[in-house]
Amino acid sequence: MSDKLPDDLHYTRSHEWVRTLPSGEVEVGVTDHAQEALGDLVFVEVPEVGRRVAAGEACAVVESVKAASDIYSPVAGVVTAHNAALAGTPELLNQAPYGAGWLLRIAVEGNDAAAGLLDAAGYAAYLAETSN
Amino acid sequence: MSFIPHTTQDVADMLSVIGANHIDDLFDEIPAALVAGSLAGVPPALSEMEVGRLMSERAALDGRPLCFIGAGAYEHHIPAPVWSIATRGEFYSAYTPYQAEASQGTLQVIYEYQSMMCALTGMEVSNASLYDGASALAEACLTAVRAQRTSNSRRILLPRTVNPTYTAVARAIAGNQNVLLEPVDFDRVQGRTLLDALRPYEGSDCAAVVVQQPNYFGMLEDVDALVDWAHANGMLVIAVVNPLSLAVLKPPGEWGTPTAAKRGADIVCGEGQPLGVPLASGGPYFGFMTTRMQYVRQMPGRIVGRTVDADGREGFTLTLQAREQHIRRSKANSNICTNQGLTVTAATIYLSLLGADGLARVAEASMARTRELVSALTAVRGVHEVFTGAVFHEAVLGFDRPIAPLLAALAQRGIQGGLDLSERFPELGHSLLVCATETKTSEDIARYARAVDELQNPAALTRGAA
Repeated sequence: MSDKLPDDLHYTRSHEWVRTLPSGEVEVGVTDHAQEALGDLVFVEVPEVGRRVAAGEACAVVESVKAASDIYSPVAGVVTAHNAALAGTPELLNQAPYGAGWLLRIAVEGNDAAAGLLDAAGYAAYLAETSN
Repeated sequence: MSFIPHTTQDVADMLSVIGANHIDDLFDEIPAALVAGSLAGVPPALSEMEVGRLMSERAALDGRPLCFIGAGAYEHHIPAPVWSIATRGEFYSAYTPYQAEASQGTLQVIYEYQSMMCALTGMEVSNASLYDGASALAEACLTAVRAQRTSNSRRILLPRTVNPTYTAVARAIAGNQNVLLEPVDFDRVQGRTLLDALRPYEGSDCAAVVVQQPNYFGMLEDVDALVDWAHANGMLVIAVVNPLSLAVLKPPGEWGTPTAAKRGADIVCGEGQPLGVPLASGGPYFGFMTTRMQYVRQMPGRIVGRTVDADGREGFTLTLQAREQHIRRSKANSNICTNQGLTVTAATIYLSLLGADGLARVAEASMARTRELVSALTAVRGVHEVFTGAVFHEAVLGFDRPIAPLLAALAQRGIQGGLDLSERFPELGHSLLVCATETKTSEDIARYARAVDELQNPAALTRGAA
């Protein structure tokens, strides 16, 4: 499992990942562990650009045949982009959770986007802990 | 429905199979503190014969009055086959069947119902129904707040021409989920919502506007202007409609100027009772909701879809359940939604039997009877029409004296004269909301008008005697 965790990302205990982009914005998605647990996705609802989100606020919904789950924003800020490709091809999130399956980008408000987030090792440890 | 009696032996056999000693064992997970130990106040059981007599006596107290009350529930003729078919054992369930493999008939009826509601309202998707018209409006408000993607606003403009009972229910349900319902006043002459009353909200951040057609007073709103205004101001439109009226009025999906950038209501809801469901002292009825495909995931309730089975044969199944409460729990789109399987079955049969032409004839006959009623009553001295403009099958009449004593006197004569609006709309003076559907004859209307004349103008009694 841990070999699938990119080192350059930060993670949440609710299974989102955060990538800091060169522009300073962060990109948010769900982890490979989460997509596997959710199963085949049939619908992904992403927030409109311009929406202000608080850290921990439900900002997207991923829906499989049997469940719809909230995605929580790992940071506070304003949505600057969402992955429009997911509307027609939600399976991207299953196929490439850390790449083409990204959900949204946020212009972070506040200084340290990574504050309170886990690094890859921390998330791997968290997964190991919770799988017991 | 078959009656399956259990002998004491049957019950004992069943208990022994599941390893229980007594039927009470099946309920032993209920904490003792929650069990009502005493049934004080509940009288001893009556025999079937005694119950029958009691109910007949109670029913006789109602008499068989001539009913001219509408205000959201309407007396229409229900062809005998409707309930004869609806109450067949195969259909006689109040619940949505979850097991597609055992419920194809019921699922298909719901699918047909959804298709009919989409056709009537001019929308793309329908759910399998809701509790009633009032809770459907509450759910529509919540749906609109979820569906409104360009704003996080939880404010909705709710004209006073919307049924006040619906408004009260929407406040109780949506208001408690922090949806702010902003009342919009109506024009005293036309009895409808004018753009002037909406102008103060121009450019303000509101999620949606509610438009009821025909409105609570029976008047026809200028739906095209209201929809254009709402869309121009970035708001969604929630239409509240009487489904019967859609046989003759423009479907909400087509409201608005054809050349406008966005046309039609976004969410349509209402009360399904006029479609083959008896008044029955207030229920059970059913609510309906339809919307555009883009909002389908924000709509509460269940939806039946048509699909194919493993062998490619057509079949029906519940679909898009992922946001219902058995999966989403507290985050479900709705935690009160159900569907009204039985009344919806009746409505589907009613619509099938009448067809589009039959439904239009019922609507036109009701409109004609109401025109006749309004003419007959306003010919009486002291009675006038409160608003000017087109109505569907209801109208507000003004009187020169309090309504309540008049209604009481009419009731003595076996006539339910209408709904007294004086308390809810004191600004309208002594006002009465009346309705005549196709169930009323010219003789019925003449009898009502004569009674009003005699009560309003006692001299008419002597005139009649002379």
